[in-house]
Amino acid sequence: MKKYAVHALMVLLMGVLLLAIPFAPTAYSLSDAYKGNIYNPGILKPTDSVLKVKVGKPAPDFTLKSVSGDAVSLKQYRSKKNVVISFVPAAWTPVCSDQWPGYNIIKDMFDQYDAVLLGITVDNIPTLFSWTNQMGTLWFPVLSDFWPHGGVAKKYGVLRSDGTSERAIFIVDKKGIIRYIDVHDINKRPQLEDLIKELEKLK
Amino acid sequence: MRKIRVLCCIVIITVCTFAYSLSLAGSPPAVGGTLPDIKLSMPKEIGDKNYLGLGIFGFGTFTIPEIKANVVIIEIFSMYCPYCQREAPNVNQLYEKIEQNAALKGKIKIIGIGVGNTSYEVGTFKKKYNVPFPLFADADYVIHKMVGEVRTPYFIGVKLNPDGSHQVIYSKLGEMEGVDQFLATMMRLSGL
Repeated sequence: MKKYAVHALMVLLMGVLLLAIPFAPTAYSLSDAYKGNIYNPGILKPTDSVLKVKVGKPAPDFTLKSVSGDAVSLKQYRSKKNVVISFVPAAWTPVCSDQWPGYNIIKDMFDQYDAVLLGITVDNIPTLFSWTNQMGTLWFPVLSDFWPHGGVAKKYGVLRSDGTSERAIFIVDKKGIIRYIDVHDINKRPQLEDLIKELEKLK
Repeated sequence: MRKIRVLCCIVIITVCTFAYSLSLAGSPPAVGGTLPDIKLSMPKEIGDKNYLGLGIFGFGTFTIPEIKANVVIIEIFSMYCPYCQREAPNVNQLYEKIEQNAALKGKIKIIGIGVGNTSYEVGTFKKKYNVPFPLFADADYVIHKMVGEVRTPYFIGVKLNPDGSHQVIYSKLGEMEGVDQFLATMMRLSGL
């Protein structure tokens, strides 16, 4: 009897917790642009990978296909542009959908620091095409690290155990050296001023 | 028996915590009702202070009903929201139409609240779109929770009465249905 009561209480407790989940704050991905199309995975483990690159060391090169069809390599910017690599975990998820549209209105700031932006996710091209269409016309390439799955994310050490990537920013200077790494809490959007402050240091 | 008591306590604490968190999160302001107790930081720009009629020596925080106007239009937006970006020139146009109309100038004021945006991010949005009216940052989503975590852009119209009371006259998600029509709606609902 006692055992049943304990079980009943545990079930009740689980029920209350489950009830609470839909009410967990979903403060991101607020734009009405996405309407009901954003999948909310809830609160995730802040980071879930081990970095394989270091500030001060050369950034591993990669070539990935972009949504517009071109192949983009990191090395093509060598001696020409600073590169901001923005990994976001996955298309159609809360924080990610509210990150690149902000970068999309500040091309002039990237230009000011002679920098380009490369957006990368582990999604395939059709998914990235549909998702980024909701953001308007993006000025920067969006690259698919889908196959071999998360290959570039893995090379940098930002592939999470569930196959998504971290929410990470790498700044690579014109010499191909990593100057800044921010493997951010996946649940939060990096603040713009932190990125700009780091770009200022490249001058 | 002791185990049951402990479990009972856990359940009660969980339920109370859940209820408390729900009580903090508001619902979207209802037409006919009043605004939640939103506190905004006093703008630093003298132009913004003058526009809102807050006095150039004001500091600390102020509430929306303290704004010197008959009607205040509040846009809940985010620098990161594509629809808010698309709507920015239209809201600027709304501001210009009000300012250029002698019957409306000084009576209808507009403010924007950037939810989840830092002051820097709000400033970036303001600069990008040359937003002429005051914008406020709500970096920690405090105001956003008070207004029911609405999606963006979200427009709220508030009528301020001479006796200091106020009523919400408009509360709607999405872009304006057209600048002229939106302004006409505000005038009709406020009786201006």
